[in-house]
Amino acid sequence: MTLAHDKPTETQPEVPEGHVRLTIDGQEVIAPKGELLIRTAERLGTIIPRFCDHPLLDPAGACRQCLVEVSMGGRPMPKPQASCTMTVADGMEVKTQLTSPVADKAQKGVMELLLINHPLDCPICDKGGECPLQNQAMAHGRADSRFVDRKRTFPKPLRISSQILLDRERCVLCQRCTRFSQQIAGDPFIDLLERGAQQQIGTSETADLEAAASTTPSGEPFQSYFSGNTIQICPVGALTSAQYRFRSRPFDLVSTPSVCEHCSSGCAERTDFRRGRIMRKLAGDDPDVNEEWICDKGRFAFRYATAPDRIRKPLVRGEDGQLRESSWTEAMQVAADALVKARDGKGIGVLTGGRLTVEDAYAYQKFARVAARTNDIDFRARAHSAEELRFLASSVVGTTPEHVSFSTLEKAPIVLCVAFEPEDEAPIVFLRLRKASRKGTRVAYVGQWTTSSVRKTSGELLACAPGAEAAALDGIPEHAKDLHEALSAEGAVILVGERAAEVPGLFSAVQRLADGTGARVAWIPRRAGERGALDAGAVPTLLPGGAPVTDAQARAALEQLWRLPEGTLPAEPGRDTAGILAAAAAGELDALVVGGVDPDDLPDPQAARAALDTVGFVVSLEMRPSAVTERADVVLPIAPTAEKAGTFRNWEGRDRPFDVTLQNTGALPDCRVLDTLAVEMDVDLFTQTPKAAWADFDRAAGAVPRTVEAFQAEPAAAQEESTNGHVKLSTWRQLIDNGSLQVEEPHLAGTARPAVIRLNAATAERHGVVAGELATVRTERGALTLPAEIADLPDGVVWVPSRSPVGVYEALGVGHGGAVQLSAGSGETGGAA
Amino acid sequence: MTQAPETVFGDDVVAKAQELIGRYPESRSALLPMLHLVQSVQGFVSREGIAFCAEQLGLTEAEVSAVATFYTMYKRRPCGEHLVSVCTNTLCAAMGGDAIYQKLSEHLGVGHNETAGEPGEPGSITLEHAECLAACDLAPVVQVNYEYFDKQTVESAVELVDKLRNGERPKPTRGAELTDFKTAELQLAGFFPEDEERFAADVDGPSAAEETLRGAALAQERGWIAPPMPEEGSRG
Amino acid sequence: MADTASKTDPLTPVLTKRWLSPDSWRLSTYEQLEGYTAIRKALRMTPEALVELVKEAGLRGRGGAGFPAGVKWSFMPPNEDKPHYLVINADEGEPGTCKDVPLMMADPHSLIEGCIIASYAMRAHHCFIYVRGEVLHCIRRLNNAVREAYAAGYLGRNILDSGFDLDITVHAGAGAYICGEETALLDSLEGRRGQPRLKPPFPAAAGLYAKPTTVNNVETIATVPYIVNGGADWFRQMGTEKSPGPKIYSISGHVERPGQYEAPLGTTLRQLLEMAGGMKDGIPLKFWTPGGSSTPMFTAEHLDVPLDFEGAAEAGSMLGTTAVMVFNETVSVPWAVMKWAKFYEHESCGKCTPCREGTYWLSQVLERLVEGRGTEEDIDTMLDVCDNILGRSFCALGDGAVSPIQSGIKYFRDEFLALCESNKRELVGASA
Repeated sequence: MTLAHDKPTETQPEVPEGHVRLTIDGQEVIAPKGELLIRTAERLGTIIPRFCDHPLLDPAGACRQCLVEVSMGGRPMPKPQASCTMTVADGMEVKTQLTSPVADKAQKGVMELLLINHPLDCPICDKGGECPLQNQAMAHGRADSRFVDRKRTFPKPLRISSQILLDRERCVLCQRCTRFSQQIAGDPFIDLLERGAQQQIGTSETADLEAAASTTPSGEPFQSYFSGNTIQICPVGALTSAQYRFRSRPFDLVSTPSVCEHCSSGCAERTDFRRGRIMRKLAGDDPDVNEEWICDKGRFAFRYATAPDRIRKPLVRGEDGQLRESSWTEAMQVAADALVKARDGKGIGVLTGGRLTVEDAYAYQKFARVAARTNDIDFRARAHSAEELRFLASSVVGTTPEHVSFSTLEKAPIVLCVAFEPEDEAPIVFLRLRKASRKGTRVAYVGQWTTSSVRKTSGELLACAPGAEAAALDGIPEHAKDLHEALSAEGAVILVGERAAEVPGLFSAVQRLADGTGARVAWIPRRAGERGALDAGAVPTLLPGGAPVTDAQARAALEQLWRLPEGTLPAEPGRDTAGILAAAAAGELDALVVGGVDPDDLPDPQAARAALDTVGFVVSLEMRPSAVTERADVVLPIAPTAEKAGTFRNWEGRDRPFDVTLQNTGALPDCRVLDTLAVEMDVDLFTQTPKAAWADFDRAAGAVPRTVEAFQAEPAAAQEESTNGHVKLSTWRQLIDNGSLQVEEPHLAGTARPAVIRLNAATAERHGVVAGELATVRTERGALTLPAEIADLPDGVVWVPSRSPVGVYEALGVGHGGAVQLSAGSGETGGAA
Repeated sequence: MTQAPETVFGDDVVAKAQELIGRYPESRSALLPMLHLVQSVQGFVSREGIAFCAEQLGLTEAEVSAVATFYTMYKRRPCGEHLVSVCTNTLCAAMGGDAIYQKLSEHLGVGHNETAGEPGEPGSITLEHAECLAACDLAPVVQVNYEYFDKQTVESAVELVDKLRNGERPKPTRGAELTDFKTAELQLAGFFPEDEERFAADVDGPSAAEETLRGAALAQERGWIAPPMPEEGSRG
Repeated sequence: MADTASKTDPLTPVLTKRWLSPDSWRLSTYEQLEGYTAIRKALRMTPEALVELVKEAGLRGRGGAGFPAGVKWSFMPPNEDKPHYLVINADEGEPGTCKDVPLMMADPHSLIEGCIIASYAMRAHHCFIYVRGEVLHCIRRLNNAVREAYAAGYLGRNILDSGFDLDITVHAGAGAYICGEETALLDSLEGRRGQPRLKPPFPAAAGLYAKPTTVNNVETIATVPYIVNGGADWFRQMGTEKSPGPKIYSISGHVERPGQYEAPLGTTLRQLLEMAGGMKDGIPLKFWTPGGSSTPMFTAEHLDVPLDFEGAAEAGSMLGTTAVMVFNETVSVPWAVMKWAKFYEHESCGKCTPCREGTYWLSQVLERLVEGRGTEEDIDTMLDVCDNILGRSFCALGDGAVSPIQSGIKYFRDEFLALCESNKRELVGASA
């Protein structure tokens, strides 16, 4: 007060528009209007203690730990104010615990009250050592307790999902977890129960309620793809994971920043390890990408790398047909000899899989083009199409966050999701869409039913039959004028998912819609490595940086950079994944080099396996035994993400570099293995290290001129009507399923969404299918049986998860948009191989 | 689980639930009455009742459980035919409420929120001690199914529960003729007897306790009045 | 102040006058006794003029806080960009308070007429009456009255050809004292746990369904028709300058004739006791509350404190709901305080730390103390804990919870000490 008045006004700095001037502990500060006192103080370096406050959650004012004294215009407010809920105002004078005995006593009083019912189990609590309550109590609490009566106790702990455990007596009821679940994730499966001193966090399962004798529904567990975030933001040890509980002490852990290897969002993470073993992963704080959240797959799925069957030494198939461990030297020689022969014979095909770093993808394509002298390379270990590749070449390669980013989504007036289920396929994109929708962004979906993504983003659904998405998009200008108009607004975005490759004409329709409205289009693949592999040139038609392989100038530039004789780079576009496998099966290729590919992800797993069986020689770069290693002649072990450095390029085109977390494990990144293999083939790739590979890629992408050809949309295709009692199949992968990076995680698997067949009531009735009972979809290939659930799908359409647990391609031989027979019950078994 | 609620709550209950939703600008407002409705069917809020409300309102079961466990009128265990509530807040307690509760507890052999007899069967009684029931001038008060039995004594309260156990339905001092807990809950959900005469009779149940009228009666007796209102047009 | 009250008769039945009539709750009775005449006047006035009238009358909220009703109404936006709501707080549950329940039973139409006028003044077209669930007969009478009012054209579309539309929904609560706090009430009405909301935004900006909303007490709104009919000057003839009007004093406890006494604001306990026949059986007064258990207790020293908003505050308490609970010398103060402490513990919503943990702690200490296992140190600890709750909790429930303890110790510390020292058990309750 006096401070401010003593100062002559002319020396005061101007208060910018939209800002106010106030003092905190006598120090003058200019703050943007609307800023909470607790943040303003923090900017001045004064940390006001808090438990319920979290910058990404709506203020609650519940814990009352952050009380400060406030005066307005020289008049003190009668009570201390919660600095986490009060915003700055001009002329305000704030006194924190540093200068106000009242605030200090208020804070100490609250601290004492928080501790009267808190157990003294810090020595066995996971949070011990990194616990805000513990730290606060140590710093400012009383040494002794005046509370001598009965502490509140609860039976402990409660399992609120297969992964999350709740110790209610440790809880300080800050509601961070419930607010996160309600506001951020949209999964209010945990909530406050009871009231007063008995108030507690719980699920409907843990609520003190009885079932009547007649039926026994059990309630709903805390089933959320984002549940792990509640553990991380819990300011005490009330929430713990089954995975990490009692495993380690924070001070025994070494932490490294890392990047998530699962989806294409490229979340910042922190990986904590001890004695060469990862103990846990936490969300990193990256406001541009994942803010402070990650999904449960990103958090909990990491023990695949320490699975007992991890391949740690090269394997060579012996005379007896069995794989045996060998030296690197031997394996490399065997592989190189065969590959050289194959190259000089009918050729080599390279399938990389979608989980590579940019550096590794770059090494694969360079291996293909330089060592194998072919453009027969494709990263797409999934359904794909030539239309897709043309779209990627014209509209995706080389785009950066300037084009469409997470923050673009947050600010967009409208986002249209096409053949894309964000919560399952890119959970952090989903969170950003939900955040946007809560602030007014309109989110629309072209899909089959009101999925949880639709619901939780207050989305509108343009329902269509699977396969009819292109027609649905083409109908927008005429039949959904309102939507068309909205998409024409500045900042409108269309997101298209990998499933679009399964719908002929859909990329063309997306392009037509974008051309007609001016909306920006972004492609969001499911896997972490796809976007990077595309930009690195791990496709049959594009060179690193995106120039077409048919571009002589581009090839010449690259040849110069790679110091290759002129004309050595193959000029003809190569085969795509399906083409490579078909060629291998037909004896038109002599060898395959295969990265992380699971045949079950491919549209025809049987054909893929047959191709691997047929082809003369298979080199597999793998971490764990797979359908490919089973058929490989040489298996070269490669490093999991945590044991190598590299860069994921996320769907935005943002580079997400990371360093080695676990040093000196001896595991080699793909780029190094390929480099050595190439050397054995007498070729230099200059990809010995990820750093070298990146430098080479960077030069290549910069040196090769790229002429972007506009995408030539294919004309709209006529839809064939489903007949003879068939129903159309809609399918995509749920986030948590039987993916190969989720092995060894039973607690995570327990939080997977149940696998069901979804269909509408009329379709169910027509086929005699009863909700809750088994139903079967079938093709000539085989059948898939799951419990039925009624949802708002179009008539004559069923939805099944692609790999939960059965692979749809494997079981049925068809994918999204395929025709299947539907029947009640489990049907006969068999059919599927 | 998706089927269970329908098996307990029939089409008529679903129709009522939908009617409740229609009374409010936003559906979630119907949750409190809907939980009363659930109690009118089962005599308590069961897990099925939670699932039923969640389904009707598009909420999670956790959200419904959060609400159901917050309010004391939602009972967690099956209730008796009648709910007997004894006010034991300070004033009623000092005037005899504590003694009444203690006596009834002994007499019925049950504690707070416990039921004497088989829940739901005729003559069964759930006992509770209640917070202030807003009838302090008539202390100590007891309620049966939320109808007032004012100015009770230990003896009158014992007599009251004995009659209830015998299937009698003593008349409340203020309120409608006694029914049972479930019927009262249906009314709390906002569904009153469809029979007009019955409803009118309920509405006309007594309310004019001597205490309620005391001030007005005293003023009348002594000729005390509020200042007369000015004639129309004379005020500024 | 005290003599301003003497300009009128000791009792001024306005709201309670009609209660004496047989079947006072029926529309026909109400109409015979000038019912629904005020809306005819009000609907011819502008909403602004009505707000101004209520401001001029100086009507202060009868729910406990005494905020000027007209001022509160004037916070509502002057446009109808969003729907406006009027919500009646009929969640009467403050211990000792028993005025709204008899009012709604005896004369529900006066509340409904008040709702119509207030809704019109605030441009609301939907009014909710949130009644605590435990008062079924009230809920029944209100439902009946609403039906009658619809049938007679006082509710619904184009009321009395004024062009004004209004719907009233009677909503039963489910047992939670905290829902008397207006923002908790709104959350409860939205089908949530009744926990108070952050303010700002205030209900007038974002209340029910985040729309402009005013929450008023039953007695406040039931008073409005009389102000419309009698005018501001008439209303101000009763009560005091700052606390004008009549008020229902609910006298309970150890008096000869407990009941509802409608008297001008500023009436003293001495005057009320006289009307209520004095102390029961002549046993002397020991302590009393001016307006419910959340208002610090008074003693016989305070017999002449004018019971208006200013008078009660100046004497160290609050007017609250004019729930005058009278206790005689047979009652142990520590026991009474312990009973109230348990009440607040039971009713604390659990949202904030000071109230949730503080009431848990205090009630345990008090129970122990009453059982004779307390120490003098406990008394000081309790006062310090009270200090850490008062003004630190999220809403006023925490403040209310410490009132009986602080005031009880203030006036009767010796009695607490005595329990600690010699485990005395002669007083009623202390031996229970």
